[in-house]
Amino acid sequence: MRVFLYGTSHKTAPVEFREQLAFPPEELKNVLRGLIEECHFDEAVVLSTCNRVEIYGRSAPRYAKAEPIRDLVSRFNGLDPEEIDRHAYFYLDEEAVRHCFRVGSSLDSMIVGEPQITGQIKEAYFEAKKHQATGPILNNLFERAFNVAKRVRTETGIASHAVSVSFAAVELARKIFADLKDRSVLLVGAGEMGEMAARHLTSHGVERVLVANRTYERAVEMARGFLGEAIPFEALGERLADADIVISTTGSSQPIITKEQVQRALRARRNRPMFFVDIAVPRDIEPAVNELANVYCYDIDDLETVVESNIKERQREADRAEEILSQEVQAFVQWFASLDAVPTIVELLEKSDKVRREEVAKTLAKLVNVGEQERQSIEAMAHAIVKKILHDPIVTLKKHSGDEEGGKILGIARRLFNLD
Amino acid sequence: MSAIFLHITVISYFLAAGAFLIFFYSKSKRVGVAGTALVLVGFITHTAAMALRAQEVGHLPLTSLHEAMTFFSWTITLLFLISRYKYRIEILGAFVVPLAFITLGYAAVLPSEVRPILPVLKSSWLAIHVTLAVLGNAAFAVTFVAGIMYLLQERQLKRKKPGAFYYRLPSLEVLDQLGYRALSFGFPFQTLGIITGSLWAAYAFGSYWRWDPKETFTLITWFIYAVLLHGRLVVGWRGRRAAFLCIVGFCTVMFTFVGLSLLTEGYHSFQ
Repeated sequence: MRVFLYGTSHKTAPVEFREQLAFPPEELKNVLRGLIEECHFDEAVVLSTCNRVEIYGRSAPRYAKAEPIRDLVSRFNGLDPEEIDRHAYFYLDEEAVRHCFRVGSSLDSMIVGEPQITGQIKEAYFEAKKHQATGPILNNLFERAFNVAKRVRTETGIASHAVSVSFAAVELARKIFADLKDRSVLLVGAGEMGEMAARHLTSHGVERVLVANRTYERAVEMARGFLGEAIPFEALGERLADADIVISTTGSSQPIITKEQVQRALRARRNRPMFFVDIAVPRDIEPAVNELANVYCYDIDDLETVVESNIKERQREADRAEEILSQEVQAFVQWFASLDAVPTIVELLEKSDKVRREEVAKTLAKLVNVGEQERQSIEAMAHAIVKKILHDPIVTLKKHSGDEEGGKILGIARRLFNLD
Repeated sequence: MSAIFLHITVISYFLAAGAFLIFFYSKSKRVGVAGTALVLVGFITHTAAMALRAQEVGHLPLTSLHEAMTFFSWTITLLFLISRYKYRIEILGAFVVPLAFITLGYAAVLPSEVRPILPVLKSSWLAIHVTLAVLGNAAFAVTFVAGIMYLLQERQLKRKKPGAFYYRLPSLEVLDQLGYRALSFGFPFQTLGIITGSLWAAYAFGSYWRWDPKETFTLITWFIYAVLLHGRLVVGWRGRRAAFLCIVGFCTVMFTFVGLSLLTEGYHSFQ
């Protein structure tokens, strides 16, 4: 019995190909049935997202092959089998388990640590379970994959650094101010990105929102959405001191906030730090503002740089996650091996064979005048006894190989026959 | 007996400092917990070492540079543990614990034999004076470390290129507050240390202030911290300038405390 996986992902296939390969949700049931009936899977799970299509299976060793799966896939979506081959991978046993855990923990994702894939893989698993396509092995594989994902998320920082510009702004704010709770944010301009960043900030505790816009009505409207305060555009300079965080998104061709204004604001604030986020192009805030003490001014390029290094930092965390993965893969592989009845059956046969040969030899040595015919009869009888006695245990072991009771029965058999 | 405990402490702090540096590099929570555990073990043996020493010499062990450094390191560790649990800044260990190790390691190589103290210094004023001064110095050590961490984090934020420190150090505000709290803890102790010292001098030598080098330099550090505190409270100094002054202040503290004890002679040099 083997576990394996066949699939393609953003790492092996371009998006045009993945689009064609993905199964529509209503087809999944038929794909699962095809895998079990035509490809002789004992268990199957099909994961189909825009970034990857992967088919997980468990079957007898002789059916653990890529070709039948490929042919089935090709029949479903009408792609040329050779074309599929060019983009597909096939992993067996330990490699398949490792891949499954990596995918589930979002280590194989386009942006490492993004959490959607964990949800998608859960859906795929529950879908397969609903159609009774899974059994003890894949159930355990996927349950463990979810646990591994949880461990990776809590024990490493793969999901902890912002990979979007607006979240990066929030993160920076939290590196400047300890707690965003008593902070205020000033939105200058009614840009969508500014609004989004302000939403993130309020969801992280910022309570006070000020809005300034050239058209005062628009400012009032936006301020209402935040339960904030609209301020006249002309009063921007004076009210600057009230803001800890300033997000600017106007379409102005001239800087709106100057170094002098900020300097004045700082004096009024007694040097309490200020954080400027300039999402506008061309910029709204004089870059020289960043030279002032206790002022941090980031434009859109700076935020992109932060996002880039955050992605790199996630990658470093992902390397630490591989350690956790190795442990978990080993644990699964061990459990999986313990379920396999074949080695136990072989040992059982060897042991009884040895007993049979010894006892026959002993008996023959005691007897005198034994002819060839009698010797053969004695040998045949010993053989038949051993075979008949072992018949039921072996059938039982084979029957339960891979199911819930399998591991338990194997353990009992090994103890009864003293095989360890 | 106290020497054995002291050596165990030196080893624990060494291992703890190593653990915290690995923690800084790897961010592995388990290593961070191990670091704190080693500090706790060290702190217990450290306390035992000082208690046993007190028993051996028959008074509070604060009369030689060895003893004062031992107490200094103990106070730094205590303040680290308090900040660690109160403000949850685990990464502080990567900066403070090496300092605790260095000061104690230095104490351990200083001559530690028990010598008779000058008769004029035999007074419980001495214990009070030295305790207050050392408490102040240890608090200044924390402001120093907070200042360094602040400058590192501030540099990353100003240059807009997040690096190792950006991801590991707490926010500027937390570091600024830590420095400020340690300062407002240390300054009164130093002030009281100076007052008790001069009262005792008046009693022992007949004059409050004798301009011995240590007294002069202590006055300089007191002024540095007074200016800093004044700037913070009245002018709204904070951030980089405050952090920088904390670092300068602690350098003069260490020069006064260690440098002058070795370079000069007299009743203030523990000789």
